[in-house]
Amino acid sequence: MSETRDTRLPFSLEPVLVGLLFGSIGLFGVIYGIGEWAPELASRHGAGIDAMMTYLMVTTGAMFLIGHLAMALFIWQGSRRTRISHRLASPRFEKRLSIALGVLMAVVAEGGVVAIGLPVWNEYFMAEAPPDAVTVEVVGQQFFWNVRYPGADGEFGATDIQLMDDVVNPIGLDRSDPAAVDDIVWLNEIYVPVNRPVRVVLRSKDMIHSFFLPHLRVKQDVIPGMVPELVFVPTREGTFELACAELCGLGHYRMQGFFHVVSDAEFTSQLERLASEQ
Amino acid sequence: MSEAHDPGFIRRYIFSTDHKIIGIQYILTGLVMGMVGGLLAVLIRIQLGWPTAQWELLERLMPRGYPSGFMAPEFYISVVTMHGTIMVFFFISYVLVSGFGNYLVPLQVGAKDMAYPLLNMLSYWFALLSAVVMMASFLVEGGAAAAGWTAYPPLSAIASAVPGSGLGQSIWLVSMAIFIASFTMSGLNVVATIFTMRAPGMTMMRLPLTIWSYFIAAILGLLAFPPLTAAAVLLLFDRHLGTSFFLPSGLVVAGQPLSFQGGSPLLWQHLFWFLGHPEVYVLILPALGIVGDVLPAFTRKPVFGYRLNVYSLIAVGVLSMVVWGHHMFVSGMSPFTGEYFTLATMVITIPMTVYGVNLVASLFGGRMRLATPMLFSLAAVALFGSGGFGGLFLGNATADMQLHDTYFVVGHFHFMIGGVTLMGTFAALYFWFPKMFGRSMHEGFGKLHFWGTFAPFFMVFFGQHFLGLQGMPRRYYAFNTYEYLEGTAGQNTMLSVLVMVLVAAQFVFMVNFLWSLFKGQPVEANPWAATTLEWTVASPPPHGNFGDTLPAVHRWAYEYSPDGTGEDFAPQTAGPNDAPITA
Repeated sequence: MSETRDTRLPFSLEPVLVGLLFGSIGLFGVIYGIGEWAPELASRHGAGIDAMMTYLMVTTGAMFLIGHLAMALFIWQGSRRTRISHRLASPRFEKRLSIALGVLMAVVAEGGVVAIGLPVWNEYFMAEAPPDAVTVEVVGQQFFWNVRYPGADGEFGATDIQLMDDVVNPIGLDRSDPAAVDDIVWLNEIYVPVNRPVRVVLRSKDMIHSFFLPHLRVKQDVIPGMVPELVFVPTREGTFELACAELCGLGHYRMQGFFHVVSDAEFTSQLERLASEQ
Repeated sequence: MSEAHDPGFIRRYIFSTDHKIIGIQYILTGLVMGMVGGLLAVLIRIQLGWPTAQWELLERLMPRGYPSGFMAPEFYISVVTMHGTIMVFFFISYVLVSGFGNYLVPLQVGAKDMAYPLLNMLSYWFALLSAVVMMASFLVEGGAAAAGWTAYPPLSAIASAVPGSGLGQSIWLVSMAIFIASFTMSGLNVVATIFTMRAPGMTMMRLPLTIWSYFIAAILGLLAFPPLTAAAVLLLFDRHLGTSFFLPSGLVVAGQPLSFQGGSPLLWQHLFWFLGHPEVYVLILPALGIVGDVLPAFTRKPVFGYRLNVYSLIAVGVLSMVVWGHHMFVSGMSPFTGEYFTLATMVITIPMTVYGVNLVASLFGGRMRLATPMLFSLAAVALFGSGGFGGLFLGNATADMQLHDTYFVVGHFHFMIGGVTLMGTFAALYFWFPKMFGRSMHEGFGKLHFWGTFAPFFMVFFGQHFLGLQGMPRRYYAFNTYEYLEGTAGQNTMLSVLVMVLVAAQFVFMVNFLWSLFKGQPVEANPWAATTLEWTVASPPPHGNFGDTLPAVHRWAYEYSPDGTGEDFAPQTAGPNDAPITA
């Protein structure tokens, strides 16, 4: 149906403003989204997570822009009409549009997730710890991260909640166990060598905590009673902050740790220092 | 059944079984609760925007929450918990779901009242009771619940875990159980009314999208809510009777070994999200349905793809029951379930995309009139699309590893169950206010309210998505100890300022609402020239709605511009001789 000039209403400001409002959401949103936002990457599998993010930013950014511009256009055009230009689409057109949208979302959402996302998920969760992995246990409690290395024997000694004492023995290590003799227990500071797989064994004494290393794209809840393990490879030396990402009480916001990624030599010397201070 | 006898003020306006009165009671109760929730949001944003400032006034008002003028961390998480709880369960659920559900369902299906009027009244009084019980928890020793609106144990199970886990948490659980009882009664009524009490000629495929959305939402509520009642009772047992449903052995809290054994905190998460995920659809579907009906009235053309919209609503309803695990990707459950929940969640984007794009397509070629309900509907469409895109990030396990429990999640759900529902609620309030009270709301103030609400709202929660991308965790009392978050301080202050604008704009609404109740322009039966049945009766409709004879329905709810002019329309009661029947 064509429209003639005289079926248009005279210019008025409000529809322009409303159209601009929705159009500028699309434009400024995309401009805002182009920036680099995530903390600088420091792990191997994190590259896959970042690729997933980039893919989603580009695809959803495009749809976000198109959607808002279409709204702006329809609002502005429609506000000047004195009669509608389209009443009903044919059922066939409606069906086809829905099928097209279904396919589009299946490709964008399902396709992207299957092609980019699941391999990363697999790499992260299904990985067996290789023999040269450094093992460290992290035990969360309100509002600290207790850190334990197994020592030279590579085995963690037994623990017992009856032996726990927040000042001298926070994880209740049973020093009479031979495997426990060389265990190194420390607080809030984790040292790992760069470019070697790290196996983190997580436990919690009290609440649900979550082991979140933003720069390493690592996050794992620690539910008491469960012992989740993580394997990942830090790729950049530096000190990265460890944050708790599951509400665990009034000090949740200050349950901070430090994840030091250091050279092999430095790692050895740091562990020696910690062992001497046990 | 025209009422000859006068039941008296109390029976008519307080203990009324009339669905319209009950609906308005729900709406007013919900608006009051929404004000409380909004003020709690102000406290949150004051803390996050200016974490080191000292507030003498707040100390005087709330000495326990603000010792020496600084917000106590335990008070902060109580406020966060109660803000979420109140907004989800006592504001949106009451105003949009139960309030407008009660008001609109009988009117739009052509019934004289709900199927079970007495049950309906009971559901409101249970709802009010649960709100009062919830508010009481602010007054008890230790303060209100502080384990988040998700109330994950052990934090919510052990009194020594956090001050709010004392009596406050027990009250929270009792209130939730009462709330669900009330919501179940209300949902039963909606389902029964839509199934059995439609007017002659009102087939299911002639129902307005509003009614379809309430229908699906009510079924979801009936299926998904009772598990949380069970979970709440079990958690109360754990708290007070020494059971261990959600508590494992080996817990040591505050230096004290506890004697629980054999339970699993993960079980609570499954039970909670089995309710929690359908719950977000219970809230958002009515908003989408209402938008689907408001847009045609202001574009003067039928909604695009009515049938496919209905199928989408049904598909979303079914799928929403099988995606709850996407809230738990990093909880430590099996990674295989993570893969399943990712794929299922991505499938749900398909019907939601169809519905969303159909709403945008409904604008195409229309003769647009930008009245206040229309503006809020457009806002809801924009938020729905934008929030949906954020859902792609969170619904897939790979990206969620980084984004889980960050402000990306906060931004996302404020767009969806915060924003779409809020904009839908305002659209509904401005649209049906004339029907409810016989007077229209002031357009100028309505538009001021729109600009003051939507613009800051979008900026605040869009910005929160990007705070999440920067790795900012949620439910933090302050961020100043983290070096990597130093850059967020300025952004947080800006968002806080915008929230103040947003809240200030709501006073415009309150004034407009109260002023219009008494001084608004009196209106005729059908001020918006809309087609559904409630517009064929007087404003406000009489008791019994339709008088002695039920209306006969001849067509669907979207007979706008049957001759293409944009001026005319055919109400659903118009016969085949009045205008050609489209569907």
